[in-house]
Amino acid sequence: MAKGDELVVAGRSYSSRLLVGTGKYKDFAETRSAIEASGAQIVTVAIRRTNIGQTRGEPSLLEFLPPSQFTYLPNTAGCYNAQDAVRTLRLARELLDGHKLVKLEVLGDPQSLYPNMPETLAAAKQLVGEGFEVMVYCSDDPIQAKMLEDLGCVAVMPLASLIGSGMGILNPWNLQLVIERVGVPVLVDAGVGTASDAAIAMELGCDGVLMNTAIAAAKHPVMMAQAMKKAVEAGREAFLAGRMPKKHYTATPSSPTTGTITSSQPKAA
Amino acid sequence: MIQVTVNGSAHRFERPLAVEELIARLELAGKKVAVERNGEIVPKSAHGVTQVADGDALEIVVAVGGG
Repeated sequence: MAKGDELVVAGRSYSSRLLVGTGKYKDFAETRSAIEASGAQIVTVAIRRTNIGQTRGEPSLLEFLPPSQFTYLPNTAGCYNAQDAVRTLRLARELLDGHKLVKLEVLGDPQSLYPNMPETLAAAKQLVGEGFEVMVYCSDDPIQAKMLEDLGCVAVMPLASLIGSGMGILNPWNLQLVIERVGVPVLVDAGVGTASDAAIAMELGCDGVLMNTAIAAAKHPVMMAQAMKKAVEAGREAFLAGRMPKKHYTATPSSPTTGTITSSQPKAA
Repeated sequence: MIQVTVNGSAHRFERPLAVEELIARLELAGKKVAVERNGEIVPKSAHGVTQVADGDALEIVVAVGGG
């Protein structure tokens, strides 16, 4: 990691630019191991009805991932309108002792899980007004992303491809437009499938990457978590280092062109 | 006898009771939960004094793994 290069969200600094979800693991022990291997400091959680009469003695996620060690990012997964999303996050704030940093996602339909932007904007406005610090899942549309920033969201998180699809960065051009347009951190949320996808997102200039399935659904989640950690760091350093310009269809030798022992050289075409 | 809806299911109690007692009766005491009553958050500090009445709808939630 480049020294002193931290992700700043809502006034707090994080050395890791990889945010991870806590869903789809085989058990809490695996969740914990994978998250430790990822180096993530911010972890998303879902808010759900408790099973009544079936939970006695059952361990809870909060015991395996103590909120004292991780920054929780409660989400609104499964919400299809602004009202449900706002209700869910009010419950999350109560559950997590006044915690304000949240991940807003208002979905359009269960097939695509694509964001419903009108409802997302309405919920964002309401939540910001109630004092929440809103990181928001959104389309990769620079105009909508800017609207979310103007409403007071602390980070915008466009999808790179559909949630859980692992299809990678499908539209780097739009991501770049979003990065250029907004001042708050831009994180790719959804679509990363493997390490190179995370690296590409970071090389484009994203401030971070949020993923769940890419790690949890890997054959070896802990190893993939390590790979993602390195990919995010490598991509970030490559971005900061500033890549060389592409020279289309033109080779440039890396070794000296003089002093060779060759007797002849073909002429350029 | 009162009937309340908790997490979408009907529950009967012999008399009105406080949220705190309801949580205990549902074997959720000591568990980290958040409670909403008729669409409004019931803060933890008010669990002991907020009465649950006939016809109330409650949501009791926890944090679970998710992306």
